[in-house]
Amino acid sequence: MTISQLIGMDPGWISAIKGLIAFVICVLLTLFAIWAERRIVARMQMRVGPNRVGKFGLLQSLADGVKLALKEDIIPKAADRIVFVIAPIISATTCFMAFAVMPMTGKVSLFGHTTALQLTDIPVGVLYVLAIASVGVYGIVLAGWSSGSTYPLLGGLRSSAQVISYEVAMGLSLVAVFMYAGSMSTADIVAAQAHGWYAVILFPSFVIYLISMVGETNRAPFDLAEAEGELVGGFHTEYSSLKFALFFLAEYVNIMGVSALATTLFLGGYHALPGLGFTENWLGGWFTLFWFLGKVLAFFFIFIWLRGTLPRMRYDQFMKFGWKVLIPTSLVWIMVGSTFHLLKMRNASRIAIMGFGIGVFLLIMAGFTFSEWSVKRAKANAVEPELPAPSFPVPSITRSEYING
Amino acid sequence: MHNLFSAALTIGATKTPEAVQFWILAPLAVLAAVGMLVVKKAVHSALLLAWIMISLAIFYIAQDALFLGIVQVVVYTGAVMMLFLFILMLVGVDSSGSLVENIKGQRGAAFAAALGLGGLLTSLIGRAIVPHEAIGLTVSNSAGNVQGIAQELFTQYVWAFEVVSALLITAALGAMVLAHTPKSSPSQRFLSTARFRGESLSATAGLAPSGVFARHNAVDVPALLPDGSVAAESISATLEARGDMIVSTPFEMKPQIEEEN
Repeated sequence: MTISQLIGMDPGWISAIKGLIAFVICVLLTLFAIWAERRIVARMQMRVGPNRVGKFGLLQSLADGVKLALKEDIIPKAADRIVFVIAPIISATTCFMAFAVMPMTGKVSLFGHTTALQLTDIPVGVLYVLAIASVGVYGIVLAGWSSGSTYPLLGGLRSSAQVISYEVAMGLSLVAVFMYAGSMSTADIVAAQAHGWYAVILFPSFVIYLISMVGETNRAPFDLAEAEGELVGGFHTEYSSLKFALFFLAEYVNIMGVSALATTLFLGGYHALPGLGFTENWLGGWFTLFWFLGKVLAFFFIFIWLRGTLPRMRYDQFMKFGWKVLIPTSLVWIMVGSTFHLLKMRNASRIAIMGFGIGVFLLIMAGFTFSEWSVKRAKANAVEPELPAPSFPVPSITRSEYING
Repeated sequence: MHNLFSAALTIGATKTPEAVQFWILAPLAVLAAVGMLVVKKAVHSALLLAWIMISLAIFYIAQDALFLGIVQVVVYTGAVMMLFLFILMLVGVDSSGSLVENIKGQRGAAFAAALGLGGLLTSLIGRAIVPHEAIGLTVSNSAGNVQGIAQELFTQYVWAFEVVSALLITAALGAMVLAHTPKSSPSQRFLSTARFRGESLSATAGLAPSGVFARHNAVDVPALLPDGSVAAESISATLEARGDMIVSTPFEMKPQIEEEN
């Protein structure tokens, strides 16, 4: 029996319990993630990080949560009251919904009922996650608009443009996965990776997804919607108390959501690392949850690492990168990947497949060489702007050729 | 005729959960549709439209058109409405629609066009329904909902599909050409070179921010230049336009030394 049939036979109360488990996992992961992020970033910056509340400061996020809840809740006079209240609610409710289709374990026994820890399996599961993510962004955009203040508005504007651009790249990076798995359901995609992770087979898709998932969740180096150096706090400048806490929660659950999707689509989901397949039967199958969470947390570590390492991109660079690099690259890769898939399906000879691969490689190299050559030529032909000579003594201006090579 | 009517009745008889879902969501959707026309602020009406789109998607999903429902949310709510919001926010926070007719006879033309579109849709749907027996969702979804749509889209309707996509791309390109203006402002590189080669080097390291050398360091207090005169450019242009700038004369430092002597 396949996993999706197994899930389809769940009685209502089992589904309710599974929903509750998914929710609790998300909230606990968030509490842990905030602590882990602060500790790890601190370590990267040679600080100690929170270490006062509880052992190793583990309860710090809990204390912060209590503090946030007890703070004064301020709604600015210029704010649009209804939308101002709705915005954080949209953010905080939609972020959990993606977990409904995440396969977190293989076959397990839950209160004597054989099932899998996945709330539901729909044939368009991955598209559903994309849809939910795009609704969740409304929270950020509306928060920016409804605050009635300039910085949040700019943050909201940036966020809406950012999400439209990076969702295109994200959607395109998933196309190759759908083609190879022959399905858009998360359970089927996990099952299709039994003989090799898509992170290896579809490496370009994996890289594009990794980049666009950082853009989609508004995290450094793409956190332009809340760029504290430019926009104070961005979309959440005017928020305080529990409403701010909801945005905080949504951000981390969203990170867990895109990481869980990456795990499902590219790292074989809840399955063990290659060669450790025997562990999947431990604890009656529940050990697979450990593998799933381990992979999700590995992605989360990458998020922290990026934040500790990279400076924020400038907005125009960020948009240029999305539209002029990520999207064309994924379009080309879709063509190449689908041709490989077709060749394999038609049982083409190994030589034909390798010939095609080498041909594509040579074409790409030729393209790079040509573009570099034309950039060099354009630079050589560039005319320096004619400017009036200065009327006072200044040091001689370094000629731009010396600087730019 | 009677046969068709009874067929419609049997199709119309829904299961209880679907009926409950319908009677909760449908009134909300209709209310939102009315509200969309009535509310004053453009963003509110965009929001209500987004809600209508989402409830439509839920209806599609409830009627087993899973792919259509999800794509409705991804494309319309996620992309189209988001672009709408983007434009609305760009235009202005409090912008509300004006009721003045800018183009003469626009209302009449719009009404006629709406009637025409309605007639077209009615006749098309009627032609699709009346002479045929409905084969039902179970038959059309037999190979799977997504696979069924893909089969239709890429075999029977591939020509229409490609024509529509070509039309959309042409429209997007046309919009870009119409909106394109040659770059009017000089590049950052040009400006920085110009700053260093210009008349004075005073602005090369940036202008003085508000409050420098002045008695207060608030944003609306202009900076004082080394000679004691007020640097009007140190105040944000927005504050100046709003009239929130403090009158700068009291902050000016008069060369008092000579008076004392």
